[in-house]
Order: sequence, then structure tokens, then C-alpha cells
Amino acid sequence: MGTAFSSIVFDSDKCNGCGDCMTACAEVKGGKARLSIVASPDQASYELAMCRQCGQPKCAMNCPAGALAKSDEDGVVRWAADRCVGCLLCTVGCAYAGIVHDVPAKAMAKCDRCDGAPACIPACKTGALQFNHAAELYNRVGELEDLFAPGLSACQGCNSELLIRHTLRHVGPETVLATPPGCIAGMGAVGYNGQTGTKIPVFHPLLTNTASMLTGIRRTYLRRGRDVTALALAGDGGVVDVGFQSLSGAAERGEQLLFICVDNEGYMNTGMQRSGSTSYGSWTSTTPVGEKMGGKSRDSKNMPLLMMMHRCEYVATASLGFMDDYYAKLDKAIAAAKKGMAYLHVHAPCPTGWRFPSAVTIETCRKSVETNFVMLWEYEPESGLRFTRPIDDPLPVEAYLKMFGKYRHLSKEQIEHIRRSIDDQAKQLKMHARAAIEAKEGVSP
Amino acid sequence: MQQTRYLIGGSSHAAIEAVAAIRAADPDGEVVLVTADSRLPYSPTILPYVVKGWTTPERTALRDEAWLAANKVTFLRQSPIAAVDVAERRVRLQDGQVVGYEKLLLATGARPALPPIPGLDTVPFHVLRTVDDALGLKDAIAKAKRAVVLGAGLVGLHAAETMVKSGLAVTVVEMQPHVLPGYFDDQAATMIETAFTGNGVALRLGCRAASVQRQDAGFTLTLASGEECPGDLLLIAAGVRPVVDFLAGSGVEIDQGVLVDPHMRTSVPGIWAAGDVTQPYHFFDGRRAMAGILPNAVEQGRIAGADMCGDAGVKPFPGAVSLNTFGYFGNHAISVGALEVADARIETRGDADKYLRLVVKDSRLCGISAINHEVDAGVMWQLILRRIDLSKVEDEFFKRPLEVARTVMSRTWR
Repeated sequence: MGTAFSSIVFDSDKCNGCGDCMTACAEVKGGKARLSIVASPDQASYELAMCRQCGQPKCAMNCPAGALAKSDEDGVVRWAADRCVGCLLCTVGCAYAGIVHDVPAKAMAKCDRCDGAPACIPACKTGALQFNHAAELYNRVGELEDLFAPGLSACQGCNSELLIRHTLRHVGPETVLATPPGCIAGMGAVGYNGQTGTKIPVFHPLLTNTASMLTGIRRTYLRRGRDVTALALAGDGGVVDVGFQSLSGAAERGEQLLFICVDNEGYMNTGMQRSGSTSYGSWTSTTPVGEKMGGKSRDSKNMPLLMMMHRCEYVATASLGFMDDYYAKLDKAIAAAKKGMAYLHVHAPCPTGWRFPSAVTIETCRKSVETNFVMLWEYEPESGLRFTRPIDDPLPVEAYLKMFGKYRHLSKEQIEHIRRSIDDQAKQLKMHARAAIEAKEGVSP
Repeated sequence: MQQTRYLIGGSSHAAIEAVAAIRAADPDGEVVLVTADSRLPYSPTILPYVVKGWTTPERTALRDEAWLAANKVTFLRQSPIAAVDVAERRVRLQDGQVVGYEKLLLATGARPALPPIPGLDTVPFHVLRTVDDALGLKDAIAKAKRAVVLGAGLVGLHAAETMVKSGLAVTVVEMQPHVLPGYFDDQAATMIETAFTGNGVALRLGCRAASVQRQDAGFTLTLASGEECPGDLLLIAAGVRPVVDFLAGSGVEIDQGVLVDPHMRTSVPGIWAAGDVTQPYHFFDGRRAMAGILPNAVEQGRIAGADMCGDAGVKPFPGAVSLNTFGYFGNHAISVGALEVADARIETRGDADKYLRLVVKDSRLCGISAINHEVDAGVMWQLILRRIDLSKVEDEFFKRPLEVARTVMSRTWR
């Protein structure tokens, strides 16, 4: 079923209402622009009306002339001028104001995405409009077998399920999976009633010994001549706190593991207790908010930097708001895990524990990166640290913090603290990145 | 006897949307589509434009053979259902063939209503519901000199415009005091009437036809007032009646149309109905009344199809809302929702060419009608169905409905 298509995406937070997109559209297409930017009544934001190229386009369903249809080739809802009778019933079907009725010109028009090179995109200087090609990736992955059972019982809006399904499809069936206690095991990945939640071997180590047990499995298979990927999908508790000793040891020994930390900043499936990865100021059940305390009073450990210091074969941070980036890193990690430790640290906002609507999880991921709260980088021993997304022009961190109930109580001072620690981290990472460039270019620091 | 999982009577919007909904959840169950017509699926709504010559029957098919094949639909033309045996779950088609079904969808639509006018059976007249009707009417317009149109609904007015532009003398007779009764408010209707009379169409509003008789090569229609309207082309466009005669004795509950619940189920298990044949619930007052318009047929068809195949994602019908668009003499009118509401905030504005009416009650949009204004009818429809609270933006909404509705849309359901 179904092919996914590239799409034009809009971020209201970045739109300044300049209208250059509309000008560009009108110039290229003639007549009225096929998208419109409108100021909200309180003038607080700008919003977009434009064809969404719906999967089941209601404009087409409501067209009595058969003049509208979704193309199988590029997903554009195409309008056939020679069939259209101008009855406007398409506008009744469209809930997005995507069909333009040019009243003076007595004409209809809609976005056709300029045959794959939309003129509005380069016209947008703020990046509010973007042409997103993630669909190509989904089409590719969609061909692979989903190695988890259907019906994992994650909380609504949890992106860990998205992450682990994508990951296991991509890593493939020649894999043994370890899921220590945590949300991923808890949502049914290990299984129930004697049946596994995966279509590959899976086991449930202790929080403390995931890396040790996987070490034994990888070594045993190698001895038997089978190249089986030893994969861990562990939460931040099982990595940053309780499982740190065994992981550090395995990294130091250069064990060939693909170790993925799904960091939702706490022990979320046992009642939302704080972990070493919980961010400063966060409300958790063990860092409450009251007269004396204002959430967590300490900064989180920078686990991926610690892993870098182990000189692993590969270390990277990732966010599901940036799937292309994640896939590129997963490819490198899979290859690196044949030689030594590959460590991926994926930041995973938790709707239940962090208190935000389940529909905006991916948006929280995007904002985490766009504000530099999460910085995307990768490390290889030869080439050093490299940013995979520039960190020079972040949004104010409030754009991220305001999305979560767990930060609602933050004082100005606390926000200032967070801003400062982000700046410190950025400085530290830039130092490593600069050193890597200098080493490459032969410049002595 | 042929046996099928899904049997669908009819081949227009409700039927094809039901097929699409079924195929989304059941890729393999047999689907048989039976229809009275001899053509590929088309919309009755397109027919006035065929008469106008803006499109041709060859270009009006909603779906082609490739779509039917891709969706594994067995399509039987000129094979309307003649009778339904609900106990045995099978139907007899007009040609005598018997088809057994697990689930049956009645999407048989409607046919023109013929008013009980003495003498109507003695004169030739036209109706407009099929492509053949449209071709016949188009042909007749080319030959006629003086036309009388009975009914000032969408079909009647579209035809009247075509006729007057073709040089015919045209009289439109309507029982209600205004054209497009039920679709537009009085003020909008008056503007539309002005355009018609200004272009030479004689309107006889609030008039009842008393009798009709043959006269030379044509006929004379006599109004209740005594006025005589002679002509050589008579178009009956006095609304439609659901096609339900084949359901006689079946046990399927019928009032004016087939009664359906919010999942488009009829009173008989295993039988659904959608589109113009139904008498569904209405959004505002919950009463069951006819709602024979295209967008409702689309929604009903989708819901029926999804419910028939057990799609867990099926959402009940929120109720019919009046929705219409009407183009005439280069103008364009749109109406969405209820336009006469007690205790509502109603504002109208306009001039000779433009008109806008907004109806808001308890900060919820009830209806909007517009002439020569850009209105996103689909966005307004959603504002109504979602009962969006406009209290924070209400004044601004009355000033700039298009822009404010777009921002609400973009923030709420983008």
C-alpha cells in the first residue's frame, strides 16, 4: 500500500509574513498565488493556506467533472483544466483552503509543486517553507520487513516505537537484540506469555549488565563463524546510570556492539524518576516542584561525549525530528559495530513523563535541535567530531522549553542557567570540532 | 447464482467512495457494482454543464475501466436492482440475474420528481438526471424557441441560463417565493433573481402550475393565477425523489428516503445506504431529512464503505449540512450551513455585485453565504462541524472571514 511523496512543510514560528513566497508563486504561475500567508487576528503569528496534496484528496472526491486526481508518480493532486467546469465544489471538499478561487479572473488554480521544484521554497529566506524529502526514505524502509510484532503498547505519541521499528528494519534480521528494563522492554519488545515481541532473538538483561551479556553473545557467534549484530536498545537509566559500568568496560575493550541509548531523560516507565540524563530544571517524581525545589537542580551528564572519550569506533547523537540524519548515522554505526563499539544517543521526548500533547512529539524533536538543546554531531577516531547540522543560528531555548509541562515552573534564573549550559556545551563541542578540522588540515592547534 | 462479499447498487459519488473505503481496509473481498446506467460512473451534478456544452459525456467519467480493474470491481451496467430478498441476502437484477451478497449498499440515487400537474402525461417534456437526458435537452434547446422551466433549483436555473443564452424565450416557474429555495437566504436569492431577469429570463416566483395541455407543435402551461405560458420546450426540474421502488416489501425502513443511522446502516442488518437515496440526520437539529447534495453523498459513501468492511477507523456521520455552489452569468454564489438562525449574530454586506452574509451563534459559525467573494467553503464547513469556538476572534472574523478562518484552520487542523 501507498507510496510516500515529498512535501512542502511550513513552520509558522519561522515565518515573518514577508510574502515573498506568494510573489514568487504568482510570478511563476501567473495570476493569483496558489498559497497564501495570513496574519492571525492577534497578529502573533503567520499561517499558511495551501494545497496539502492529500493522500485521499476530498477536492477530487467532490469534483463532479473528474478534473482532480492524485498522481501516482509524484503525489501531486493534479487539476485538468480541460475537464474543469468551474463549479467550485472542490473548494467545498478542501478543508485547507488549498484551491484558489481568483474571483476577478474567474479562474481556479491550485499548487502543482512546480513539477518538483517549487518556486516558493528558494523564495523563503527564513526557512519557514521547506521541501521535505523524508518520504523517499520511508519508501525505501517500507520495503524492509518490520521485525517487531504489531501492537507494541507504548504510550500514545511515544517516538521510541517509531525509533525501534525503523532501527530494527534497517539493522536487519541477522541480529540479537537486548532490551534491558525500561520503556522499550516494557512496551512489549521482549514479549509476553512465552512469545517474543520481535521476529528475531531478543533477551532481557539486567539494567546493569546489558553490555556484558551482549559481549558474550557477539563473541560466541563470532566463534561459531556467524556475523550477528549485537544490538542494545536501552533507556538512559540503563546507559547513563545503572548500566554505565558494563558499557564503559565494553567500550574500553572495544567490544563489537551496536549500542543505542533512547534518552527520555529519566525512568519513565517506573514512575518518572530522575536519572543522570534528566535535564536541569525538569520536574520528575523525585525532583518535585514546590517551595524549596524547582525541579532537578543538577545538569545532566553528557553521555555521548563520555563515550567519545572512550575512543569508540563511532559515536553520534540523533533526533527523530531529523530522520535523514539518523539513517545516515545508523549506516555508519552498523558498519562500525563490526570493528568495535558503536554508540548512538537518541534524544526521545516523552509525552507522558514530560507532559505534552501526543500529537506534537516530532515537533518537540525538531525544536530540541533547532534551539541547540540537542546538538547533532558524530565522532570517528580518525576524523574526530563533526557537526551534522550547523549550531550557529539557534532559536531561543524558550521555543523548546515552553512545549513541556515539566518545565512550566521554570524561573527566569533557571532558564538563564539552561541557556548558559547550552552555550557551554556548544563551546566545548566546537572546540572538539575545530581540533578535528585543524588535525585534518595539518594545522597545529 | 453469483455470490459477492460487497454488492453496491448505484455508480455515482457515494458508490465509488464506498468502493475506495472498502479497498482501504479489505483489498480482496469481491465487490460488485450494479447500475441502471450504461456508462462509466459519472456525476448528475455535471449534467447542466454538458447541456451548456462546457464538457462532453466522454470527459465526464469519474472513474475509468483501469480504476475498476485496479480495485477489482465487477461492474454491471444496465443492471439495476429489481428486488431485494433480505432474508436470503440476495438481489434480483432487472435482467433476472440473482446475486447473493454478504453486505449490500444502496447508493441508487434519485430520479426527477414529477409534480402532479393535470395534463403532464399528454405533453412531451424533458428532465435532467442522466447523460442521455442531457444530450436530449441540449439537442432540444438547439431546436426550440420558447422554453418553460418548472422549478428554480440548481438544475432549472442552470438550464434557464443556457436556454436564454441560446436565444430562447425562457419562463421559470417556482412555487417558492425565491429561487434556489433552502440553499440561499432571501437577499442572496434576490441578487441571483436580478441577474436572471436582467438577462431576459422571466421568473414566475410563488406560482403554481395548474395544468398543461398540447398546443400546436408545443404546449401551454397554465399557472394557478390564470397566466398562460406557451412553449415548445418543457423542462421539469422540480427536485428529485429517491430510487427506492425496488425496496417495496423488503423491510428496509423508508420515510421520504431510506432511513440511515450515523454509520449509514439501514433498519435491516447487512444493508447500508448512502447518498441521494437516504434520509440522513442533519447536523444542526438532528432531524432526519433529505439532503441530496454531492458533498454529503461523498461523506456518506466513505462512511458506509468503511463500516461495511469493519474498518476500525470509521467515524460516524456528523450530520448533513447544507452546502452549495452556483455559477450564473459569470457570477459565483456559495452557501454553507444554516443562514436563518434565531438569536444569532447575523451580518450582511454587499453592493450590486457582491454579497456576504455571516451567521454566528454562541461564537460558533452556523452559516455563510457569498456572491462573488472568495470563500473557502471547505474550511467554513469544518468550522461548523468542529463547533470551533470563535469567541476570541469573533469581531475580526466578521471583518475578514476568509483570513481569520484560514488562520484558525492552520492552527487547529493543519
